[in-house]
Amino acid sequence: MLFTSYLFLGFLALVLILYYVLPKRAQWPLLLIASYVFYFAAGAHFLLYMFSTTVTIWGAAVLIDKNHAAQKAYLKEHKEGMDREALKAYRSSQKKIRFRYFLAALLVNLLVLAVVKYANFFIDNVNGVLKAFGSGEGLSFVNIALPMGISFYTFQAIGYLVDVYRGNTPAEKSLPRFALFVSFFPQVVQGPINRFGEMAPTLYAPHGFDGRQVSFGLQRVLWGYFKKMVIADRILVAVTAIFGDPSHQGAYVFVGMIFYRLQLYADFSGGIDITIGIAEALGISLRENFNRPYFSKSLPEYWRRWHMSMNAWFRDYIFYPLSTSPALVALTKAVRKRFGAGAGKRVPLYISSFAAWAATGIWHGASWNFVVWGLTNWFILMLSEELTPLYARFRKMTHTEHKRSYDVFQIGRTFLLIGCVNLFDCHATLGSTFRSFASMFTMNNYHIIGDGSLLQLGLSGLDYVILAGAWLLVLAVSLVQRKGSVRAQIEPLPYAVKYVMFFGLFLIVLLMGAYGVGYDQSQFIYNRF
Amino acid sequence: MNYNKIIKYGLTAVISLAILFFLQRLLVPKYVDDIVEGAFVAEYYEEVKDHDVIFVGDCEVYETYSPLVLWEEYGINSYIRGSAQQYIFQSYYLVEDTLRYETPDVVVFNIQSLQYDEAQSEAYNRMTLEGMKWSKTKVDAINASMKEGEQFLDYVFPILRYHTRWSALTDADFQYLFDKKKVSHNGYYMRVDVKPAENVPEGRPLGNYAFGENAWKYLDMMRELCEEKGVTLLLVKAPSLYPYWYPEYEEQVEAYAKEHGLRYINLLEDADAIGLDYSVDTYDAGLHMNLSGAEKCARFLGHVLSVEYGLEDRRGESALDASWQMKKEAYEAEIAAQKIKYGIEE
Repeated sequence: MLFTSYLFLGFLALVLILYYVLPKRAQWPLLLIASYVFYFAAGAHFLLYMFSTTVTIWGAAVLIDKNHAAQKAYLKEHKEGMDREALKAYRSSQKKIRFRYFLAALLVNLLVLAVVKYANFFIDNVNGVLKAFGSGEGLSFVNIALPMGISFYTFQAIGYLVDVYRGNTPAEKSLPRFALFVSFFPQVVQGPINRFGEMAPTLYAPHGFDGRQVSFGLQRVLWGYFKKMVIADRILVAVTAIFGDPSHQGAYVFVGMIFYRLQLYADFSGGIDITIGIAEALGISLRENFNRPYFSKSLPEYWRRWHMSMNAWFRDYIFYPLSTSPALVALTKAVRKRFGAGAGKRVPLYISSFAAWAATGIWHGASWNFVVWGLTNWFILMLSEELTPLYARFRKMTHTEHKRSYDVFQIGRTFLLIGCVNLFDCHATLGSTFRSFASMFTMNNYHIIGDGSLLQLGLSGLDYVILAGAWLLVLAVSLVQRKGSVRAQIEPLPYAVKYVMFFGLFLIVLLMGAYGVGYDQSQFIYNRF
Repeated sequence: MNYNKIIKYGLTAVISLAILFFLQRLLVPKYVDDIVEGAFVAEYYEEVKDHDVIFVGDCEVYETYSPLVLWEEYGINSYIRGSAQQYIFQSYYLVEDTLRYETPDVVVFNIQSLQYDEAQSEAYNRMTLEGMKWSKTKVDAINASMKEGEQFLDYVFPILRYHTRWSALTDADFQYLFDKKKVSHNGYYMRVDVKPAENVPEGRPLGNYAFGENAWKYLDMMRELCEEKGVTLLLVKAPSLYPYWYPEYEEQVEAYAKEHGLRYINLLEDADAIGLDYSVDTYDAGLHMNLSGAEKCARFLGHVLSVEYGLEDRRGESALDASWQMKKEAYEAEIAAQKIKYGIEE
C-alpha cells in the first residue's frame, strides 16, 4: 500500500475518521489494527518477521525490567547487611542475567536482519573468493523477499531494548502497546527511527479532535505529496535514464548527480513529511528527520541535519557506547601516554566513528558500494575535523569570516561533495561508480547541458520548468522555515489567502503530480533500506 | 460550530468542488476533432431507444455499415455501439447496457475481437468505457477491462487519469467544455476518401490460434443474454483485409455458430456478392471501409436482416421518418464537408 496510492488515501481517511469517532480508549488499539492491516497489505508473511521482533524485544525488555525491579527490592531489603564486595558481586551477577536477556534478543533480531538482508551479499562474496581460488561451483543464492521497513523497525526496537537495559526507559508491560510502537503504520515504511520514551506519551494517550492540529498535520502531508509526486517522481525519469545507461558519462554524470540529490531530498523528506503529518493529525509526536540539510556548510553539519533520527541512533547506540567502552578508554590512555594528548583525543573518535559509519553504510544496503559510501563519509568527516583549524586560519587571513559569499561557496561545495559521495548509491558496483566519478573530470562533453541533450532523458521542456518552479517553492519555504514553523507563520493570514495557498498546492499536486497511467508509481527510495 | 463557520466552510467546499468539476470537464478528451472514436459510445444515450438492430464490436463494425442505408432501403432502424478495439467483454456489457433501455430484434456482433482474451490497451479501454452511463453494467465492464496499473477510481474521477492534459489543451477543449457536437451517424464513422488496397500481406504464422477462455466465456454470456431476452444474435466478420483473418479463426467461429444454432456471416467471403471493390471501397488500403464500402455492406446485410430475419420495414412511422430525415441531412452535409476536406470532386 504505497503512500501515493488511492488505496492508502482511502485507508488513511478511514483511520482518521474512526480515530476521532471511536471512544478515546479505542484509539491506540485502532492504530495497532490499522498498522497490522497496512503491513499485511505489503505481504502477509512479512508480519511474521515483525511479530517475532516485537515479541522477542518486548519479552527481553520485560525480563530485564523485572530483574531491575527485583534487584532494587532485594537491595532495599538486604543492602544494609551486605558488605561492599557482596554488593558488587550481587550487582554483577544480576547485570550478567540482564545482559543475557539483552544479548539473546539482540542476536536473534540481528540474525533475522542479517539473513533476510545480507545473506545474498555474503554468498556473493563467498562465491567471489571461491572463484578466485579456482572453484567452479559457488553457493546458491537464497530467495528471500526483504520485509518492508525491516531495518527501521528493527533498529527502533533495538534502541528501545538498549534503553531498557540501561535503565533509561521502563519496559512496556503490554505486548499490544509495544507492538504498536514497532508497527505504527506511518513510520514503519521509512522511519523516522523513534525512541520509546519520546513517542510513548503521545502514542498511547487519548486525543480529542483538535481541528488546528489535524489541519496542520494534513497541511504537512500535502507538502510531502508535493515533494514526492511533483519533484521526486518527475526527476526520477531523468535519473534512471542517466544512471541506467553506462554510455552516459562525463557531464551526464554531473547532471545526474545534481538530479539525484534533488530527487533524494524530495523523495525522502517528502515521505517523512507525510509520515510526521499523519502522526500530527493523530496527535502523535514523532522525531524530525531533516533540518534544511542543503543549507549545510560542511559535511559534519550536513549529517547533523540529514536523516537526523538515524544518525542519532548510530551516535547513541554505537558511537558513544564504543567510545566510552573500557577497552577503548584503556587504548586512549595508552596512546595519550605514548604519543601525546592530541593523538589520545583522536583514538576514540576515529575508531568509534569508523565503526558507526561502517554500520551506517551496511545498514543502507547489502553491497560493497554502501560500505564504501559509509567509509568515504567517515574519511571526509575525519579529514574535515583535521582541517578545521586550517580553514579557520584561511578565513581569518582572507577576511572571509563573516562574508556571505563564502557561506554560499561552502553550501555549494558541501552540496557537490555529498553529490559525489552519493554516486555510490547510483551505481551497482564500485567499478562503475569510480568510472562515472572520474569521467566528470576527464570527459569534455559539458555542451550537453545547453544543446538539448537533456531533453532526451525522458523529461520535456515543460517538465524542467515544473521542476524549476517546484524547487523555487521548496527553497522559498526553506528560507521561511528559518524563522520557525511555516504553517504557524501562515496561520494568522486571512482565510481566503490560506485557502488559495493550500488549495492551490493541492491543485499543483493533482495536475502536476507524476502519478497514474503513464507513470510508474515508485516506492520511496528509503523503503529499500 | 457557529453559523458563520458553517457558511465559510460550506462556501469553501462548494467553490473547491466547482473548480474541480470545471477542471475535470476541461481536461477530459472531447473526442470531437481528432480521435473521434472515443465519442461514439456516449452518443447512443441521446437517441430514442427504439432500434431494431444493434451492432457491437470494434472498428470493423462502426466503419462497415451505414445505418442510413439500412433505413432508406429496408426501413431498419439500427444503431452501431462500436468503439475502437472494442474487446468482447466490452461488447457483452454494451449489449447488457443496451438491454437496460430497449430490446432490439437483432444484435450483430463482429467476431474480430474474439482473438483478444484480455484488454490490450488502456487508451482503447477508455474510448469504450468512458462513454457508458454509470450503472452496475459499467462497473462490471470496467472491472472486466482494466489492465494492470489501471485504477477503478480513475474511471470515477477522470481528472485523475487526464491530470497532465493541461499541457495539451486545444481550442476544442474549451469550445466543447459542456456541450459536444455529434461525430457519428447512429454510431457510424464516415470516411469518404479512398486509399486502394494493394499488396495485402499474408498473416504471419501464429504459435496458437485458439481463442482464449475469457473470449469464449463472454461470447457464451452474450449468446445466453440474447436468448434470455428473445434477441437474435448474428455473428459477422467485416470484410477487412487485415488484420489477417486466419482460417483457423474461421473454423472456430463456424464450429461455435453451428453448435449453438447461430447464423455467422463472413463478409470477406461475400465480397463479390456485396460488390466490394477494394480499389475504391476502403480509405486505408483494406483495413476499413469508406462510405462507398459501408453503404455496399449495409445493403448486403440489410437484405439478410430484412429477408432472412423478416425485420419489419418501419418507413412510414412519422417519428422515425422525421428523425431519419434530420439524420440524412447531417449525413449528406458531412459527405459534402469531407469531399472538400479530401479534395474529392463530385
